[in-house]
Amino acid sequence: MQRPKRKNPVLRTRLPTLPPAARSRIALGLTAAAAMGRFELQQCRDCGTVQYPPREVCQKCLSIKIAWKGQPDGGELLARTVLHHSNDLFFRERLPWRLGLIKLDCGPTVVAHLHDSVEKRVRVKAMLDRAGQAVLAALPEKEVNVAEDRQLREFTCDPQFRKVLITDGKTALGQQLVHAMVKAKADLIWVGHSEPWKKFSGFSELKNIPQVTLLPLDLTDSKNVREVAAEIGAKVDIVVNNAEHHRAFGIGNRAGVETARAEMDINYFGLLRLAQELGPVMRARGADGQSSAVAWVNVLSIYALANFPPHGTFSASKAAAHSLAQCLRAEMRPAGVRVVNVFPGPIDDEWNQLLPPPKVTPATLATSIVKALQEGIEDVYPGDVAQEWLARWRDNPKALERELSA
Amino acid sequence: MKEFISKLAEGKVRVIDLTHTLSAEFPHISLPPEMGQAWPFRIEEVSRYDERGPAWYWNNFSCGEHTGTHFDAPVHWVSGKDLPNGSVDTIPAQNFIGPAFVLDCSNEAQKDADFLLTKKFIQSWEKKHSKITPHSWVLMRTDWYKRAGDPAAFQNYDETGQHTPGPDIDAVKFLVEEREVLGFGTETIGTDAGQAQHLRPPYPCHYYMHGAGRYGLQCLANLDQLPPTGAVVIAAPLKIQNGSGSPLRVLALVEGK
Amino acid sequence: MRQGYQGVAIAVPVTVPYVRYSIRSAHWWLARALSLLLQKSTLPKESIDGLSVSSFTLAPDSAIGLTQHLGLSPRWLDHVPFGGASGVVALRRAARAVQAGDAAVVACLAGDTNHVDSFRLTLANFSQFARDAVYPYGAGGPNASFAFLTAYYMDKYGATREDFGKLCVAQRANALKFDFSLFKKPLTIEEYMAARPIAEPLHLFDCVMPCAGADAFLVLSEEKAKALNIPYARLLGTIERHNAFASDPVQMRAGWALDREELYAQAGAAPQDMDFVQTYDDYPVISLMQMEDLGFCAKGEGPAFVRKNAFTHEGSFPLNTSGGQLSVGQAGAAGGYLGMVEAIRQLTGQAERRQVKSAKLGLVSGFGMINYDRGLGSGAAILATAKA
Repeated sequence: MQRPKRKNPVLRTRLPTLPPAARSRIALGLTAAAAMGRFELQQCRDCGTVQYPPREVCQKCLSIKIAWKGQPDGGELLARTVLHHSNDLFFRERLPWRLGLIKLDCGPTVVAHLHDSVEKRVRVKAMLDRAGQAVLAALPEKEVNVAEDRQLREFTCDPQFRKVLITDGKTALGQQLVHAMVKAKADLIWVGHSEPWKKFSGFSELKNIPQVTLLPLDLTDSKNVREVAAEIGAKVDIVVNNAEHHRAFGIGNRAGVETARAEMDINYFGLLRLAQELGPVMRARGADGQSSAVAWVNVLSIYALANFPPHGTFSASKAAAHSLAQCLRAEMRPAGVRVVNVFPGPIDDEWNQLLPPPKVTPATLATSIVKALQEGIEDVYPGDVAQEWLARWRDNPKALERELSA
Repeated sequence: MKEFISKLAEGKVRVIDLTHTLSAEFPHISLPPEMGQAWPFRIEEVSRYDERGPAWYWNNFSCGEHTGTHFDAPVHWVSGKDLPNGSVDTIPAQNFIGPAFVLDCSNEAQKDADFLLTKKFIQSWEKKHSKITPHSWVLMRTDWYKRAGDPAAFQNYDETGQHTPGPDIDAVKFLVEEREVLGFGTETIGTDAGQAQHLRPPYPCHYYMHGAGRYGLQCLANLDQLPPTGAVVIAAPLKIQNGSGSPLRVLALVEGK
Repeated sequence: MRQGYQGVAIAVPVTVPYVRYSIRSAHWWLARALSLLLQKSTLPKESIDGLSVSSFTLAPDSAIGLTQHLGLSPRWLDHVPFGGASGVVALRRAARAVQAGDAAVVACLAGDTNHVDSFRLTLANFSQFARDAVYPYGAGGPNASFAFLTAYYMDKYGATREDFGKLCVAQRANALKFDFSLFKKPLTIEEYMAARPIAEPLHLFDCVMPCAGADAFLVLSEEKAKALNIPYARLLGTIERHNAFASDPVQMRAGWALDREELYAQAGAAPQDMDFVQTYDDYPVISLMQMEDLGFCAKGEGPAFVRKNAFTHEGSFPLNTSGGQLSVGQAGAAGGYLGMVEAIRQLTGQAERRQVKSAKLGLVSGFGMINYDRGLGSGAAILATAKA
């Protein structure tokens, strides 16, 4: 990929437009799967028919027992076209645009955005487009970085050539995020750090990375957040909000609210402060050239889905943050800026010391965050614990609640 | 008093502000992370001539009792927990004002961040200046306040903790028992030295001073502008019910222009 | 054997002259069409007791609301929102209503307005499948969908752009002899080939131009037509089919292939008996598909058929003799009527300079509603002169 040219400051910054976002409710099943990077189509529980576009019933046996299920992603390209005309503003600004008609091995024929190097056999992937809705993309059978394709890059949040803010560089995760962003060829990485008098291993070494600029940033301090936003806001393309306060307490084993409040102050209010200050300027830059503002990553916790009583107040603060992140997602969507929510299981750090493995390592977590950005995923459940919780939660949230209090 | 008033009117009394500005950046007390923590100073706008309040500007602020330039009451420490009049709301107001004896340890502190003020040092200071009178503030000048713009230097942490100057056990006992001081003041975050948890008892200034119903003043500024003797210091905490301390506005009155 | 259409007359083909953009609503266009029907037939408004309406832009109204708008009180009412299949479908139903005596005179109207933004809005909300699974993919509209079919057809059957171009050039020649066509300049094959791409392999002259307009005709009994001294055509046979061959991975055939034998049997005619053919020509590949499916040549032999025939009204295979939508314009649902009114004109001797010599039998084909990846509705009718 070519490094994009510097912005011409004389020209008006392009305003964000979105691809057509309207979908029927039933079609949002594809979005739900794509949000997690899964390729699922409707399949009849009675007769097994796989169908697309989404329908309210099985087109073959009229059963209403249809479920979204993972499907083999192979298919054959029947026909392709290159659009030189579009009725929609978003595509009009991005012509020419390649499309393909694909016969999936699992049955249906689908219309898909086309990677530029596909041949007869393709892999079909469900991705979120800039409107946050699922679309299908046909990729070559071989592994490719979709973010390097001119068209499909529009649906990703690739860090390459972009400027990234990581809100806390003092944690192992923060430092691994820096390394992962360097590897993903981010142009510039601002690394926030609070309480400058506290020294943590690995932090001072970050200074030696050429892409890195250290930045005092304390999400509990509104004034500081405002000043940081004023200083760098107009340049930030990707925010990774990994700053968090985590203590292992429930209700009964910790008197008072000081700890819970500190958790809320960073995990919830910190996100709110940051979003209030950085959100507007990022929204304005949602289509600012090839390296526009694209993504806002929240490192939440799988405990945001259901309270983990031994870390009860932390869970609550993450649930609050999750809820706020949904608000942020709604507010950022008109600009095409994707809010990526990450729900890790226990991270292998000091606050989860007493939890048994498996624990997700900071390096693995950082890698899965970058991968989500590159592949256009918005709900990330990294690690075995997160995956298992998710499965249990989707299966029966009440059962998970009981299991967690056992 | 009449004389004081006329001197004040004639500008013959200099008022020196010994207080740091309360701000979010100002270093705050940090305990090991699993312990309870004092809130740092934080401020949020309520309105600023805007839709939230068109003609007025005001803020909400929050902080711990022991934030910025602040006062330590006897109840702050376990040794003073049962003393009468040990909280900021019950301390007699008389005790918030007193003459100041300023012990200049700036050279020593510059050479050794872990410098401990000794009884011997105090006695030799008294020989040079004057005997510390009862009901006085004893202020340990280290010029540490000049580091406030650099929070890391001010806190001066390494992996063994904080390295800041303070009094040793005998010095504290001497001031409490033999000089009956009102309290002890420092320019650092604590009245005790950074490494004072390793003394026996740990944090002797807190332990003995508060155990004897005396007070602490911390994060004082501008002590280098005070004469060794002759200043009057006013350090009145907010009247917080059962308060263990309070942010302060500390004023020193010095004769002269 | 299905009952035939004896005694049904199809008459009074009218066109409200098309314009590229209109500030009027669909109601205006449909009203103008009705007015022309009355004017040309000399029938009083009260005699219209059947109404069939096709329109994309009539919303929020439908046919029933239009009755009040137009001050009609029909005893038989039909709404046929089937796009390109509307003409054939409307005719089939109206013919049965007249035969059964449910209505004496059915006014069949199709029309749409075209504001500068109408087409985009129509596309974005064309169907649930289009909204969910097509429009978000570049919003190319039917161009993109038919580009796939065209590309596949070219790949599979060896059609070339020149083959499609030959149809377009011939239709333009026909259109120059039709007063209402929006295209007034001749088209050469060189110009066709040099046109800018729209959705490869489709180029500018492969695509219809959306416009505003209306077409209409009357269906009534032969008896009544004769009494009124109105020239008319007869209906010999029709077919209609929806969502045929649903499991074909890509559409290379439609319902005609399933039903054509019945069509010709009902009409008592064969493909070679047709004096002209009006295909639904929103894209030239669809005309080829219809020629194949309707038995003028075998599947896949469309390109060869094109190469050995001439398609002007004087040619060996008169096709879309008024110019088709490609050269007249596509006035929304009226696009599904264009071939029908032209066939009536040809069979009643009203085709003026483009009259196919001694035309006695003609075939009108309809194809409508590309709901997702293919056109769903297909229909065809064989019409004959009154005398035959």
